[in-house]
Parts: sequence; C-alpha cells; structure tokens
Amino acid sequence: MAGSGLVLQLQKQLGDYTTSLFNEGFLDDQFNQLQQLQDESNPDFVVEVVSLFFEDSDRLLNELAKALNYQNTDFRKVDAHVHQLKGSSSSIGAQRVQRVCIAFRNHCEAQNIEGCLNCLQQVKQEYTLVKNKLETLFKLERQLLAARRSSFPM
Amino acid sequence: MVCKMEETDNRIEEMDIEILPSMWPEDIGFDAGKQFNVERPGQDQDMLEEVTIMEEPTIVDFQRLIELTNYSEKGSSQLTYLVKHWEYKQANAVRLLREELDILSKQREEVELKKLEILEEHRFEEDSYGDKRPISILDGVYDIWPPIPRVKNDVVVHNKSVEIDAEYDTVVYWKQRALHLEKLLQASVERENGLVEKLEESIKDLERQSSPVEELSQILKRADNFLHFVLQNAPVVIGHQDNELRYRFIYNHFPSLQEQDIIGRTDVEIFTGAGVKESQDFKREVLEKKLPAKREITFETELFGSKTFLIYVEPVFSKSGETIGINYMGMDVTDQVRKREKMAKVREELAVQKAKETELNKTIHITEETMRAKQMLATMSHEIRSPLSGVVSMAEILTTTKLDREQRQLLEVMLSSGVMKLEATKFRPREVVKHVLQTAAASLQKSLTLEGHVADDVPIEVVGDVLRIRQILTNLISNAVKFTHEGKVGIKLYVVPTPSWGREEGCNEITCLENGVKEEKPKSHHHIHENGSYQKNHSNGDEPRTPNKTESPRVGDMDQDQDQSHSSETTVWIRCDVYDTGIGIPENALHTLFKRYMQVSADHARKYGGTGLGLAICKQLVELMGGRLTVSSREKCGSTFTFVLPYKVSNGGDSSDDSDELSDMANHDAASDDATESYFQFQPRTLGSLFNSNGSSRTHKLNGLPPSSYAFPSTDCIPEETVSVVKPISESAVSENSNHDRDNGVFEGKKCQDNTTDKLENHNVEASKDSLEVSPCQKQEKSETKVPCSTLEPKILLVEDNKINIMVAQSMMKQLGHSIEVVNNGAEAVKAIHRRDYGLVLMDVHMPVMNGLQATRIIRSFEETGNWEAAEKAGIEFNDSSLQKSHAFMPSTKRIPIIAIMKMQMTANALSESAEECYENGMDSFVSKPVTFQKLKHCLEQYLPP
Repeated sequence: MAGSGLVLQLQKQLGDYTTSLFNEGFLDDQFNQLQQLQDESNPDFVVEVVSLFFEDSDRLLNELAKALNYQNTDFRKVDAHVHQLKGSSSSIGAQRVQRVCIAFRNHCEAQNIEGCLNCLQQVKQEYTLVKNKLETLFKLERQLLAARRSSFPM
Repeated sequence: MVCKMEETDNRIEEMDIEILPSMWPEDIGFDAGKQFNVERPGQDQDMLEEVTIMEEPTIVDFQRLIELTNYSEKGSSQLTYLVKHWEYKQANAVRLLREELDILSKQREEVELKKLEILEEHRFEEDSYGDKRPISILDGVYDIWPPIPRVKNDVVVHNKSVEIDAEYDTVVYWKQRALHLEKLLQASVERENGLVEKLEESIKDLERQSSPVEELSQILKRADNFLHFVLQNAPVVIGHQDNELRYRFIYNHFPSLQEQDIIGRTDVEIFTGAGVKESQDFKREVLEKKLPAKREITFETELFGSKTFLIYVEPVFSKSGETIGINYMGMDVTDQVRKREKMAKVREELAVQKAKETELNKTIHITEETMRAKQMLATMSHEIRSPLSGVVSMAEILTTTKLDREQRQLLEVMLSSGVMKLEATKFRPREVVKHVLQTAAASLQKSLTLEGHVADDVPIEVVGDVLRIRQILTNLISNAVKFTHEGKVGIKLYVVPTPSWGREEGCNEITCLENGVKEEKPKSHHHIHENGSYQKNHSNGDEPRTPNKTESPRVGDMDQDQDQSHSSETTVWIRCDVYDTGIGIPENALHTLFKRYMQVSADHARKYGGTGLGLAICKQLVELMGGRLTVSSREKCGSTFTFVLPYKVSNGGDSSDDSDELSDMANHDAASDDATESYFQFQPRTLGSLFNSNGSSRTHKLNGLPPSSYAFPSTDCIPEETVSVVKPISESAVSENSNHDRDNGVFEGKKCQDNTTDKLENHNVEASKDSLEVSPCQKQEKSETKVPCSTLEPKILLVEDNKINIMVAQSMMKQLGHSIEVVNNGAEAVKAIHRRDYGLVLMDVHMPVMNGLQATRIIRSFEETGNWEAAEKAGIEFNDSSLQKSHAFMPSTKRIPIIAIMKMQMTANALSESAEECYENGMDSFVSKPVTFQKLKHCLEQYLPP
C-alpha cells in the first residue's frame, strides 16, 4: 500500500514537472511526438534520442567554442554547427535552444563575431538548463518505474 | 279626390324621375337608360333611412350654386323646366277642379230647370187643369246629359219618378206633388252646399300642398342622399371650379382639408408637389378649348403621397356660351397604374429577353459559321499552304546549289518573303510519337490498337523541323486509321545508317561520319534478335544494307564523338515505319499513290473521303527535309509507309568529356534493350488512357499477355513486304520480352550472383566509408548485403545529416511500417539513386558536402537525359563496376518523388530555404521541420502508394 502511494505521488510529481517544462517553454510539442514514438518494442526511445542529443550537442558546443576562438572565424563552419544544433534541438523539442540557434545563425550570416559569442553563451546556458531539466525528468521517470516495480511483486 | 290623386300619382312618379335629371346636366333625357333612377320611398320604408349618409365631404359654395342656376345655361334650363313642370301640375289641378265645378253647376241648372218646369206646370194646372202630360217626357230630357267623363260621379241623382198615391189631377194630387218637389229641391240645395264645401276644402288642400320649393327640395334631398350613398365609398373626387379655377364645390371621399382651405382657392394654392401644376394646366386647357377631356396625372404631394388620378374635366358654359368654370371628376387609379406599369415592365423585359435570345441565336449561328469557316480554313491551309511552303523549301535547297548572282538574289527574295522555313528545333522523338498516337487515339472511333515503338538507339533529343515531322506522322497515322478497320496501327522508330541516296545527295558531313561509324565500330555484342530482324527488314527495303551496319548508331555516335571530338554536331538517320493492318493498296495503284489528287479509286474516294493531297504533301515534305517516303502494301493485309530522315544530334559541351565512364555508360545503354526504348500502346477499350510503359514496367505488362499475342495477328495473310517491315517489331518485342523474362525471373538469381552481389558489396564498402558515423545507415547497408535483390530493400531514402533527426524519422517510419535507407548528404543521395531504385526520397535541404537542392537537380537531370553528366560535373565519382552493372537493370526514366525536409523560416533574412526554391530545383513537395508523425504519414500516403 505504501508502494502504490509512492507511485501516485511520483506520478503526480512527474506530471507536474513535465507540465512545468512545457509551460516554461523548455519543451514543445515535438517532445510529445518523441514520447509517442516510444512503445514496448522501444521502451527507452526518448532517453536514447535525448542522450544522443546531449552527446551531439556537447560535441557541437565544443566545436563552436573552438571555431569562434580562432582568429579567422570560419562562419560557414560555425553556421553548419549551429544548423546541426538547431535541427537536433528542434527534433527533440528543446525549443528554447532552437530559438537561440535561429538568432545565432543570423549573426553567422552577418559574420558578427560578437553576436555569435553572445549567442554561444546563451545557447550553452539554455542547453545546460534543458539538459538538467530533462535529466531530472528522466530521474523522476526512473524513480516512478522503480516504484512501480516494487509495488508489484512481479 | 283620392281617386284623382291616384291618377295623377302616376304622372308625378314620372315627373320625379324627370326632375332628377334636371339637376344633372343636359344629357339626361326622358328616355329609357336613364343614368339616375331614384326609388320612390315606400309608404312605410325608405331604404335610405337605413343608410348613414355622411354629408361632410361635400363642400358647397351656395352662392355660386345660385349663380350657376341663374347664369349658366344649364342652370336656367333646369329652372325653366322645373317651373314648367310646376305650372303643368297646377294647371292640371285647376282643370280638374273646374270640371268638377262645371258638373256641379250643370246639376244645379238642371235642378233649377226642373223646378221651373214644375212651377209652370203647377200654374198651368192651376189655370187649366186639363193638361195631363206625362212626366216621363221630362225624364227623357233629363237623360240627354251624358255622364261626366273621367270623374266618377258620386253625386246620386234621383231619377225615380215621383210616386204619388193620390188620384191624378186632383187637388190632393197636386198638393202632394208640390210637396214632393219641394223636398227634392231642398235635397238638391243641400247637395250643392256640400259640393261647395268640398270644393273649398279641395282648394285649401291645394293651397296647402302648393309650395313648389318644398317639394323640389324634398326631391333634391333624396337625389342628394342617393348621390352620397352611391359615392360613399368611391375613390373619387368631384368638383366644380370657376373660370379662375377656384374651387366652388368639391366632393372628396377622403377629405383631408377643411372647407376654408379649399373653397375659393386654386389647386396650386391648396397643395404643392409634382402633378399639381400639370393638373391645373390641364383644367385651364379644357377651359380654353371648351372641350371636355380626360387625363391621367400622377401626383407626388405631401398631402396624399404618390397617387395617380384619372381626371375628367368638362367646361361649364354660361347662357351666352362663355365658359364660366369647369366640372371635374378624379378617380384614384394608382393601383391600376402600378399594375399596368408592372405589366409593361414585364412585357418590356420579355421583349428584351426575346431580343437577347434572338441576338444569342444569331451569335451562336455566327459562331458556328465562324467555326465552320475556321475548320475549312484549316483544311485549306493544310491543302494549300503545305505545297506552297514546299516551294519555298525547295528554294532553300536551291540556294545550296551553284547559282549565279541574279538567281541567288531572286531566291533570297523568295525566301525572305518567308512563307515557310524548315525549322531546326530540338525535340524528342519519343514525345512526338507518343503525342501523335495520343491525338489519334483521342479521336479514334473504332477498335484499333495504336502502338508506338521507339528503339533504344534513337537519341532522346534530336534537331529537326518538328512541326513538319509531326505533320507527316499525323497524316500517315490518320491515313492508316482511315483505311484500317481492325487490328492495329503503329509507329516504329529506329536508327538506320546513312542510306545510299543520303550519301550521294552530298551531305559530306553525314557521309563521312556515317562511314566512320560503320568502319570503326563494328557491332561487338547483343542484338542478335534485332540483327536478324533488321536483316530481314532491310534486305527488302530501300536501303542497301549489310547486317553489320545495323549496330546501334547511338553507339556509333558516341564512339564517333570520341574519335572526332572536334565536331559538336552529328547527323543521325532515323527510319520511321507507319504500319497498319488495313485494307492495303492494290499493286497497280502504288505508283500513283503519292501523286496529287489521286486516290486509289473513285470508290475509295467516295468511301473514305479526303482530297488525295495528304500523301503527296507528306512525300514532298519528307523530300524537302532530305529524306525519302516509300510504301509497301498488300491488299487486305495492310500497308507500311516508311520515311527516312536525317536529324542533327547535338552533343552539347560534353563531347570532350569522353571519360571511360561515359562510353561505358553508353555501351551500357545500348546493351540494355529497353533502357531507352519506349513503347506506347493505346488500347481500343481504354481510349485516351495512356500506357506509357518503359523498361521493366513495360515488360511486366507484356508478360501479362500470352506470348502468342505478340505474334502477328494474321500472319498467313501478310505479304512479303509487309512482313519484312512489320515483323521485326513483333520479333524484337518478343525478344525483348524474353530478355526481360530473364532479367526479372529466370535469370534473376544468376544475375544477382554475377553482378549485383559484387556491386552491392562494392557499394556497401563505399557506403559504410561514407557513413561510418551513422549507425542506422550502416545497418541498412548491412541488411541489404544480406538479402541482395530482395524486395525487402527499403523503398524510402532519407537524406539527412542530423543524427537525432534521423533517429526520430526512422522511428516514425518504423511505426508507419516502413524501413528506410539513410544517407547523410546530397552526394551520397545521388550515389544511392545511381545504385538502385527508390519509391521516395526524403531530402534535407541544408546539408554538408552537397545540399539537397543540388542533389535533386542532379537526380532530375539524370531522369531527363539518362546520363549522369551533371553528377560527374559536380564531382561525384561513381564506383565503375557498380555503375555498369547497376545501370544494366535500373530503369532511369521514372521520376522519383523527392520531398524536401525543411524548416519553415519565420525570420526574414534567414538562410534561404524556401518552398519555391525546392520546387524550382525539382522537388515535388516538402515536409516542414520538425518532422512529425502526421506529416510523414500524410506525405507517404501521397507519394508512396502501397
């Protein structure tokens, strides 16, 4: 009985948290799309995709930092990276990251190094934020799953 | 007296009636059909008493009425009449009284006479006593008086003889008699007195009744009441106006003004608005013309709104004949006018409609006439212009011969008038054949199969006068259709070597090129069946040929390109057979066939119509273009018209770019019979629906039919020539067919072993090199390797560089029941499509190495030209072995749906990814990013039919 109470509590917590992520604009409907793609045959789909996103984004952000550090910035390269990041964030529904990417690309096009650096900071910030939020979300999910398992003998 | 009155009553009744009209002017006579008939009030009931009569509407200026009666002729005549009537009535009464008086006085005289007699008698008797005259004599005298006519005498005259009991002529007797007479006298006097009294009374009565005014006004009152009663509800206004048109009398059922507002005023003084002035002017006109008139006047006044009145106005004359005013009567006819106007409108509309209809009919008629004229003109233009333009073309050819200056000038003038020039335009023979057949099929009215074969060696694009060629083809096909009642009509197009006359006729270039081709590139492989057929064909044809010459000229062109890279244009000779299974042409008619206005026979002309110009023109056109038109035919079996024409083939700028790959590819093209050959068929039942099948898809269709259906329908009957022309078609079809059988069925496994596996393995190496990072893509490749040639190969190619996007898309596709192949940029996409066939390509736009737009352009270029030059130019290197082999069984003429995956940009100056750009570059549609389940599903439903 105690177990099921915990499940309910966690369920509510997870629901509220997810809602807050949507309300605060960290995620958009695309994330729902991802969740809908997850099923019995593919139980960890969302986590897998998002993990891939984290890996990819970490790499891209490093590349970006490097590229913008050079004396002669290759804006095409920067733009390609930002494009990638934009595409990825858009695909998982990390819309705040995606939005900064759009501005970022505009600065790239204008070859505005300051704007780009500024955007890089913003993107990093947004990315870190959404990463933390998503990790928290996944943690809650895992907890809920664990609680469910413990509440049922099987 | 009562009786007398009753008698006179009848007359009075009449008089009453007569009096009434006297109130109303002149035209009311004494005859029947009187306009006014007043009922006499009964003793105890007067119907008018029960009717409420509103008297207010009438407003009368009595002064004027008197004036009128005094001064107007009508009035005075009426008055005279009244007076006469009264006089007559009084005279009558007086006469009656006199008569009565006469009677009375006569009676008195009589009585007095009798008295005198009696007295004399009495004296006489007293004197002599002896005179005994009977009294009865007196009685006789008395009887002389006639009864008074007309008067019923109520006076009782006692004529009885006096009865005296006493003895005659005695004292007693006389005494008694005197006494008796005395009594009689007494009674007579009494009677006389009574009569006098009665007379006096009668006179008094007369006096009492005798006020004429009273009587008249009573009558008038009744008439007036009747008038009111009748007019009570009538929407009329009756009035009288003086010669200044001031109202003196008005009757209005709906009075809206007070008496003081009307009497003494004119219309314009009373109310204002439209129609008022008109009405007054009209009245004045009547007044001046002295003739009554009617007019309809529409008023638009504040007083009573919009109303139309029918007004009757008549002049009133004085005794001296001067007009002293008018009488007028107006009736509200607004509703009637409106109705009438509506009717008029309807009638008008009807008339307009009728007019329009007539006009329209006229227009239709004219249009029909015009169309007919146009049609005739078109026919004439075909029949007349073609030979004319032929002349110009001949002139054009003349210019290429040796001419002196004058001749050349003349020719130039002739040509510059520009009636016709042979045009050199690029066109696609396959399209022309297809279009001509399609057009013929559209107007086909019998069950014929229309088919077209274009051999693979016919270049995709050639240069020539496409309009003329189309004209020739159309002409020949319509001819064939005309004379064919069952079976089929078809076109076969294939490349032939330069004919002998072509060489002789002195196009040096062609000759030399053709020679080069022949000599340098003998046929090395394939075409066993085709060779055979060509042999048969041309052994009986116009062109002397050896089997060796029948190798694919396309190969020749290509090779010759390699050899003579300086030349950018080559000439190719294409033979076109238009065959049918129709009635054929009798041998004796063949030689006149191309002559103008000649038809095989008068019977034919009647039966099939036409001018007989078509074939002549065709022949001329063909010859003008440097070709030949020939025919072979056998009666009841069919005919084949053959024309051979030279065409320029433009090699563009790629002649120098003669890489091994290109020639390999060209070889390859030639090797696969069906890679570029087109086959069109229009079945009779599915008229208008096009079976444009190419390559393997075609084969499938053909496979569906029993092999015998490819054999000629009536082989026995086909004459030598015809067979020689037509048979190759069927044979080649069959041979191709069997090739396909091998390709797709029997030899499939072997082929896979031989070629495909290598190729795929090669590709896998290559692909895995390209996409080492991308695991899904690798997986895909692996699965491909495991099951080569399997139908499980993904039909969808995803071109996307973003791993996350790939993952999401793949997952979605999986849920939708599709596996996909993934490559990471445009160049890889081009390679993948080069490798094999896909049902659908989903292409990201913005990608490293090569973006989606460029990749799409390259793919489209390949689909259009059948070569990968664009890819080469873009620096894409295909693995050689895979190129050859894959291409061997990959049809290229299909258009793959390519769907862009793109982010819809909201910011104005963002990197240019727009839908228009996608379409411009040959993409079919787009899915906006981020890709969702619904969008994908919709896209697949639209572009990837199950």
